[in-house]
Amino acid sequence: MANATEPRVDARTGTATTGHEWDGIAELNTPLPRWWLWTFYLTIVWSIGYWIVYPAWPGVTGFTQGAFGWHARSAVVDDLKELQAIRGPGEAKLAAAKLDEIEKNPELLAFARASGGAAFANNCAPCHGAGAQGAVGYPNLNDDDWLWGGSLDDIQQTITHGARWDADKATRSSLMPAFGRDGILKADEIANVAQYVRSLSGLPNETNANLAKGKELFATNCAVCHGDDGKGKQEVGAPNLTDKIWLYGSDTASIVNRINVGGGGQMPAWGGRLDPTTIKALTVYVHSLGGGK
Amino acid sequence: MTHVKVLVRRGMHLGAAGQGQVRPDSAAQKFSAQQGKLMAQAAQSGKSMRIGEAGLLVVLSALALFSIFVASKAWTPVYAFHAWLFALGSIAAVVGIFKRYGARDAAWPVQEIDGRPNYNYGPIKFSAVIALFWGIAGFLVGLYIALELAFPALNFDLPWISFGRLRPLHTSAVIFAFGGNVLISTSMYVMQRTSRARLAGDLAPWFVVLGYNFFILIAGTGYLLGVTRAHEYAEPEWYAILWLVVVWVTYLLVYLFTLAKRTEPHIYVANWFYLAFIVTIAVLVLGNNTEIPISIFSPKSVIVWSGVQDAMVQWWYGHNAVGFFLTAGFLGIMYYFVPKRAERPVYSYRLSIVHFWALIFLYIWAGPHHLHYTALPDWAQTLGMTFSIMLWMPSWGGMINGLMTLSGAWDKLRTDPVLRMLVVSVAFYGMSTFEGPLMSVKAVNALSHYTDWGIGHVHSGSLGWVGFVSFGALYCLIPWVFNRKGLYSLKLVDWHFWLGTIGIVFYISAMWVAGIMQGLMWRAYTPQGFLEYSFVETTEAMHPMYVIRALGGGMFLLGALIMAFNIYKTIASPEASAVPTGRPALAPAE
Repeated sequence: MANATEPRVDARTGTATTGHEWDGIAELNTPLPRWWLWTFYLTIVWSIGYWIVYPAWPGVTGFTQGAFGWHARSAVVDDLKELQAIRGPGEAKLAAAKLDEIEKNPELLAFARASGGAAFANNCAPCHGAGAQGAVGYPNLNDDDWLWGGSLDDIQQTITHGARWDADKATRSSLMPAFGRDGILKADEIANVAQYVRSLSGLPNETNANLAKGKELFATNCAVCHGDDGKGKQEVGAPNLTDKIWLYGSDTASIVNRINVGGGGQMPAWGGRLDPTTIKALTVYVHSLGGGK
Repeated sequence: MTHVKVLVRRGMHLGAAGQGQVRPDSAAQKFSAQQGKLMAQAAQSGKSMRIGEAGLLVVLSALALFSIFVASKAWTPVYAFHAWLFALGSIAAVVGIFKRYGARDAAWPVQEIDGRPNYNYGPIKFSAVIALFWGIAGFLVGLYIALELAFPALNFDLPWISFGRLRPLHTSAVIFAFGGNVLISTSMYVMQRTSRARLAGDLAPWFVVLGYNFFILIAGTGYLLGVTRAHEYAEPEWYAILWLVVVWVTYLLVYLFTLAKRTEPHIYVANWFYLAFIVTIAVLVLGNNTEIPISIFSPKSVIVWSGVQDAMVQWWYGHNAVGFFLTAGFLGIMYYFVPKRAERPVYSYRLSIVHFWALIFLYIWAGPHHLHYTALPDWAQTLGMTFSIMLWMPSWGGMINGLMTLSGAWDKLRTDPVLRMLVVSVAFYGMSTFEGPLMSVKAVNALSHYTDWGIGHVHSGSLGWVGFVSFGALYCLIPWVFNRKGLYSLKLVDWHFWLGTIGIVFYISAMWVAGIMQGLMWRAYTPQGFLEYSFVETTEAMHPMYVIRALGGGMFLLGALIMAFNIYKTIASPEASAVPTGRPALAPAE
């Protein structure tokens, strides 16, 4: 059955076989499909054309440069120039303008918001959210509650130098002590303070804590930063505790935990990463979100 | 079992022939005088250890001792664990060789029975069945990471099941464990059948099959425990690769020696493709693993290439792993199983020759298209792109030969879901080998690269082509090598076919939409010249597509589970009573 050497004609196609057969498999002697062959040739011709136009074949000391001197590096430079032609004029004006002038000039403001919005989306949104709405531990930037101040200068300072970002010497650095962990307050004292803090925002006393004692402890331990009235101090990044806006949550457990471990969030210093004009735009963008002072 | 008896009788008969008392009959003419003498000696003096057995026992015992020594001094617990696996694997192999020695006949297995080759199906059965196991494991992991992408909370903050570790487990399980075992089992079958010769080697084929799967065990557990070279599709560390090289060279030798003793005058086209696959993969693995271990007691190694050269070698490897593992190897499968199942001659012998050599010559240049717009020099990018374009027709040669072989037998697609699976696989092959050159064009690549379009392209090739051609081949192969009348249920194959096909369509269309949308969002600028979307917004926009993708993957997995049930019931069914006509006898049980 094997070793058949005589070609036979396949009845269904009318094509001759090659005469070889393996395990019952024969092969037809069909010529190459013309369209296949011609398309193959066409791709070869096209490739040769491409080699003539673009850098292609390496030699001993270099490579063929292509007919028009196109190179990826110069193409990138051209693309950047094109972009600069669009952005450049607006950026130049922004760079020259003083921070407080920008919002008064509608054209500059629109440009700053466009530039700042893009910078925010790609750099700030991972923590502060795409809509700057914040998350637990990351402040909402739409409201008028500011940890380190909501003026243009304050915002620019925070973006440039970050918060608790040790690599930057000018970073905003004050920290809340770990009252529980470091043994400054006892557990029952913390429970009293926690409920007193809740009462500042009109929340009910959940643990039958002694609010009077809580108030006393607050005055001696917390008021130095958060103020006698609990309205906070932006110089030290101490949040206002009376505005019903909570960075880490308003439930008892969250507040007790904050008093226990202290500390605060971190924000990178963007000064070395973004250029001053972009930071300016970002400052105006954040300021214009709704809560700017 | 009756075959074994026949074999024993024949062995004794031949032993007598060796002593010159009985003339060998025409069926046994293939036996050399030397083989006859060997058998005569065995018949006279009883069993003795073969050189291969003794040699392997010595080598494996030494490896076991050495592994224990390395384990005792290992720098990391994971490496010690792997050294212990090597030790246990070697000891298990030593025990296995002794047991086999106790159970086997004194004589060598005969090469032919009644004029028909005495094919060796043992290693084929093992790798065919384990392929299915790895396949399902790989699809399952794939589904899980697809769900992790849609719902990130599913990583449960556990490092072992994080996307970064499971992803290489998925790719390696489906490509190398599933695909690799399908290639090994079908190639060992096809080379025997189309050469009309018994598989070369005594223990060697088993060493290839078991050794390869041991490599997979080392690689896979390594990924989960954090051992990786961080080269895509080439993650296993130096010691796993060293082992693989030994296994792979043995595979090549088994292949070459089997071809050398073929009784057919010509080498069938499927074998060219299989050989190209085996030889080139060896070269690629050696090139991309030119690394120096920092110590024999450490899993870590440092590659000698650096910077863009490392990237270029990696993608020379990576692209040709696609070209020679997933294309050439599986074309070998196509060239045997499609004509066999359709019972039709191959469409064009000339096309098979021309497209084979064109494919082999052109593919090896195409790797740089993975590095468009990078530090890779312009000239290398140009060559990578143009050779990918020229590769289009050579790739399609395989599709034409696969589809046109059906001419005169298209009606069989209505009744035979296995053939339908094979044909649809060829259609997916055609589609993804058109899409590949398209995506290699720099202007298209600027949009498609790094997006999910790439994932969609890969999966139309891997689920549609590699997956379906493997399923089709296994549906044919398993009843043949296990000597069953046919599959347990063609209806279940039908279910598998439709679930799989619809699943693939869901998968790839979701990824096309996701990828193109992602690419367009990344490059969108506002009129003022600023980026329009943040990265987070692109991720959010893709979420629905990710859910659809997971659904498609789930359907594909379900189809494979139906297949596993079908194959289980097929193997559990009684053996076919008579040897089917035109199909030579089974090998003796091993």
